[in-house]
Amino acid sequence: MTKILVVGEHDGKQLNPSVAKVLNCVSGFQAEQTDVLLMFAEPVQQIIQAAADIEGVSRVLTVKAPEFENPLGASVVALLSAMVDEYSHVLVANTTYGKDFMPRLAALKGVTQISDLMRVESPYIFDRPTYAGNAIVTIEAPSDQLLCATVRCASYSAVGKSAQPAPVEPLEVSVEFPTHTRFIERQAGSSDRPDLSSSKTVVSGGRGVGSSENFKVIYNFADIIGAAVGASRAAVDAGYVPNEMQVGQTGKIIAPDLYFAVGISGAIQHLAGIKDAGTIVAINKDEEAPIFDIADLGLVGDLFTVLPLLEEEIKK
Amino acid sequence: MKILVGIKRTVDPNVRIQVKADGSGVALESVKMSVNPFDEIALEEALRMREAGKAEEVIAVSVGSGECQDQLRTALAMGADRAILVQHDEPLEALVVAQVFVAIAAKEEPGIILLGKQAIDDDAGQTAQMTAALWNRAQATYASKIEIEGTKARVTREIDVGLDIIEVDLPAVISADLRLNEPRYVKLPDIMKAKRKPLAKTDLSELGVATENKLKVLKTSPPPARKPGRKVADEAELIGELRKTGLI
Repeated sequence: MTKILVVGEHDGKQLNPSVAKVLNCVSGFQAEQTDVLLMFAEPVQQIIQAAADIEGVSRVLTVKAPEFENPLGASVVALLSAMVDEYSHVLVANTTYGKDFMPRLAALKGVTQISDLMRVESPYIFDRPTYAGNAIVTIEAPSDQLLCATVRCASYSAVGKSAQPAPVEPLEVSVEFPTHTRFIERQAGSSDRPDLSSSKTVVSGGRGVGSSENFKVIYNFADIIGAAVGASRAAVDAGYVPNEMQVGQTGKIIAPDLYFAVGISGAIQHLAGIKDAGTIVAINKDEEAPIFDIADLGLVGDLFTVLPLLEEEIKK
Repeated sequence: MKILVGIKRTVDPNVRIQVKADGSGVALESVKMSVNPFDEIALEEALRMREAGKAEEVIAVSVGSGECQDQLRTALAMGADRAILVQHDEPLEALVVAQVFVAIAAKEEPGIILLGKQAIDDDAGQTAQMTAALWNRAQATYASKIEIEGTKARVTREIDVGLDIIEVDLPAVISADLRLNEPRYVKLPDIMKAKRKPLAKTDLSELGVATENKLKVLKTSPPPARKPGRKVADEAELIGELRKTGLI
């Protein structure tokens, strides 16, 4: 029997949009039951409601413990290892939250983990990307043991709302939480701009932008078209912008409808992050740049000249 | 304190790999191989801790074929004190590699196992967390800053929304992210010196680790190709195209 537990990420205010994408992936399993687990220090009704409204959810399970104020991987795993035995699969989105704890859970259960699941052929046969998305492997996992996986959210759109909200069940679990890890603080980049992982339009800058100061031209252009801002690894490496803006193999994998690559040469590892974008626009002064091989629309030119002209065109 | 650093032999990050036509895998014959970039960052951090007097010895460990000796020699040239090769010719899943690190840790008793956050070949990103789980120790993944304070480490972690700062009791497993440091270049005299540094060889049975890959790879395929694009003449044409499809 296929019985799936989806671990629901939230920030204490809202359910992470990745949860509805994981549920889309889950629809390929034809599971008898799909539960979404929410961990809270204090339950938040709005988050519980959002999870209960997602299509395909059988039950929303809530667990309350002070440790979940700022959940650490080790604490999440302490809870999960006490409750996953009745499930055949445990899934979570491939956010830094999910990627951090899932391998720890898998190892404690003595099972392997599938990272970045991108296609479900059957409950135990899947596709996942390797080599920065340049080689897709089809793998078969053993069906006689728990299967732990992270889901590549860029491969799935969010499922819709269910007509009937799923029932909510608070769980009483007695767990001994580890004391070897302590949360100190979170420094979240505050931004009024759209979220990079879920925005329909993204403008990214690369090494060609030249400096942290020059990144203003990228922000200005993004604001005019209501886009989120990203960056190539080279731009992060050079210190122009913080790491949470990195798009690529070792940063965020995104799938916006429209993607602008500005001053980005198109290294393999960057392309890995944008393969699922709808339309890719490249702006680069080097007409030989590899980004033009993957771009749907390319414009050869200096970004500092091109972006203001694009802004004028948009305002027309 | 000893620091154990994982060194994986992977395809060089600048190589464009090809999937074999028969779907049996990726063509790696005569392709340039390197130290996994994140492992290089992990090693650099361990070396800096030793140079700052926070650690006494840095041990580089690689799990793989005899050819991994090339990457271990690079690690020794960068400054690792000694190396251990756990020889095994077939690729191993993270769960097995984690068992290897824990078996070595039982002998060496390191204060930190410092690993890359992911390898750029299989992109799995599991070994550090699995090692921490099996070792029953704290984990601090995606580190961009590590401060050792006595028997504790304060680690700044790169997460989706910014940075998390956590404190872990040592021994612990820490995984390196991109911005932790910039690895040093290896100088020629160091390469010569590295040849005389100890490189021990062992294998899974000596360490008491059962080889058991759990996943079966059925086939390997290239990703679906995007349809070819085109260059536009100017800004007006670009915006015109985007307006046509309703994207702007």
